[in-house]
Amino acid sequence: MLPIEILSTIFLAGGAFFMIAGTAGLYKFPDFYTRLHATGKCDTMGQVLIIFGCMIYEGWSYITIKLLLVSAFYLLAGPAGTHALMKAGYVTGIKPWKKGDQRN
Amino acid sequence: MSRESRTFRFVLTFCIMFIFWLLLSWWTIYLIEPFDLTMLLSKGVLASLIVTCLTYEMFVPSRSEKVLLKLRRFLGYIIWELYQIVLATIDVAYRVVGTLPVDPRIIEFDTTLRSDFALVTFANSITLTPGTITINVEPERGRYMVHAIAKEPADSLEVDQTMQKYVGYVFLEE
Repeated sequence: MLPIEILSTIFLAGGAFFMIAGTAGLYKFPDFYTRLHATGKCDTMGQVLIIFGCMIYEGWSYITIKLLLVSAFYLLAGPAGTHALMKAGYVTGIKPWKKGDQRN
Repeated sequence: MSRESRTFRFVLTFCIMFIFWLLLSWWTIYLIEPFDLTMLLSKGVLASLIVTCLTYEMFVPSRSEKVLLKLRRFLGYIIWELYQIVLATIDVAYRVVGTLPVDPRIIEFDTTLRSDFALVTFANSITLTPGTITINVEPERGRYMVHAIAKEPADSLEVDQTMQKYVGYVFLEE
């Protein structure tokens, strides 16, 4: 294997790991807000890592900069979407889970 | 507004737009003859001129003589922020696996930030860094409401305040 292939494999595997961790957190965490913590962070990171892996695998071409711009946009849009969901939940009046409560 | 700052803003916006155009379409000017090169470059200049005329008044905000200083500090901030994002993701992954506890709480605190761009940057940074998500912002007082997943992330915002100090340093609003 070429070093470029090894490096891109590492990035792609890391991205896949974080996506899986985010999905597991979506099932494991107790309430709406903590589930948003899992998906909001792990999905952003996983997506960016996968895009970086594709970038390295493709080599230096005109697609590289476009992929870089896509990942930059993802870093801006991911937290904005998470915050919008969070605020919608808070305004609607979903009760936050406290330590020691019953899981729902 | 003075004439010089208008010219400065126009030139800065034009440079950024033209560099952006070159980044997105340099592959079309890479392979062709010199005559066509001037044709294509003039198209790019024309396109960025039109965009500049339309948008330079909002692209560079009005009270910003120190925009280059802010830009330089902001680039350093982005690198620090990317490192924090990696830490945040590993932190959440640990909590999913179960080695760290989940103890959610909602906290509120005041900051010294007032301008729109600083408020948005800080809110986005809170959402991206370990275990905290912004719920609400009151721009007049710089007041933030934050949901934290455990005690340590909440303390790092409420007690240590490294991040709001850094954002204040970047946007000269300490």
